[in-house]
Amino acid sequence: MAKFNKKKSGDLPAISTASLPDIVFMLLFFFMVATVMRDSTLMVQNTLPAADQVQKLDKKDRVIYIYAGKPSTRYIDTYGSQARIQLNDKFGTVEEVGAFVLAERAAKREELQNVLTTALKVDSDTKMGIISDIKQELRKVNALKLNYTTRVGDYTQNFN
Amino acid sequence: MAKRKAPEVNAGSMADIAFLLLIFFLVTTTIETDSGINRKLPPMEDQIDPPIIREKNIFTVVVNKNNQLLVEESLTDIKDLRGLAVEFLDNGGGSGEEACTYCQGNRDSRSSDNPDKAIISLKNDRETQYKVYIAVQNELVAAYNELRNREFARLNPNMGISYVEADLIYSDPRTSADDKANLKEKIDVVKLLYPQKLSEAEPSKVN
Repeated sequence: MAKFNKKKSGDLPAISTASLPDIVFMLLFFFMVATVMRDSTLMVQNTLPAADQVQKLDKKDRVIYIYAGKPSTRYIDTYGSQARIQLNDKFGTVEEVGAFVLAERAAKREELQNVLTTALKVDSDTKMGIISDIKQELRKVNALKLNYTTRVGDYTQNFN
Repeated sequence: MAKRKAPEVNAGSMADIAFLLLIFFLVTTTIETDSGINRKLPPMEDQIDPPIIREKNIFTVVVNKNNQLLVEESLTDIKDLRGLAVEFLDNGGGSGEEACTYCQGNRDSRSSDNPDKAIISLKNDRETQYKVYIAVQNELVAAYNELRNREFARLNPNMGISYVEADLIYSDPRTSADDKANLKEKIDVVKLLYPQKLSEAEPSKVN
């Protein structure tokens, strides 16, 4: 008797989904580790200039960030296209920089208050005037350690 | 009836593969840290009597509002800035007490006496672009680093690292205290040979 095996059914076996949680966790962990938390949303354009003689700026708790640049496209209607300073989540004036730095300094732990660095994250197309004003304000409040945050790259990239 | 079902793929090892990948990424990813050029601002109090500095010990760099570079009163391309700064710092034209024993420059009597006296004065306009200013700062720091690298290699010929690398290791928080103390000594010696004396004038108004 010829027994005809019924041809194996065409549908593929179901792929096991048991490992899906693992993959998801893996991705989760990966992003948890690799993400740098930014505590304030950028309201200014912020293409940093390139430099190669740089020093690392680690220990985030010892750094006060000041952003400057032209307001990003979302804010141009409201704030115009002149370069502005961003302190935390809002635009500030040059006069407010000193008070901001003092407030930030007071919020840090006491042992860190003397080793703070001010990081200037300034858009590469900004004019030096506003930066000089910031520097004068920083001198007034005795925040003398300064870091011009840059991209790592050859300086000639700045001339394009 | 031997009705064979397609065997199910064993998923037991999937978790291992996942962890393997996870660990791979954990090890290879570096969290991006900010980096930049460190500077120290001068304190606010006015100096009552500014020290007298001889003209030949000052290397003037001016950036105007059109982003042009004026080095020692002549229009210069930024590519030449590093070389000119090195030449100035390393000149060692002084004699007697002011002589510089380790300089390898031209010993031109019209240029700086020794690296300790040599001051680079940077002045920019309010209209200068920030990126140009950073490029100039970068080149001036590079000039200092170049000389410090040279001296570091001369004093520590068997270290196998340059001054910049040594400084990087020194500022790395993972370096042990012993290594740090050891490196600090060597770094400080070189720093003293070529102290970074970069003075910034307050920017000129539009002119």
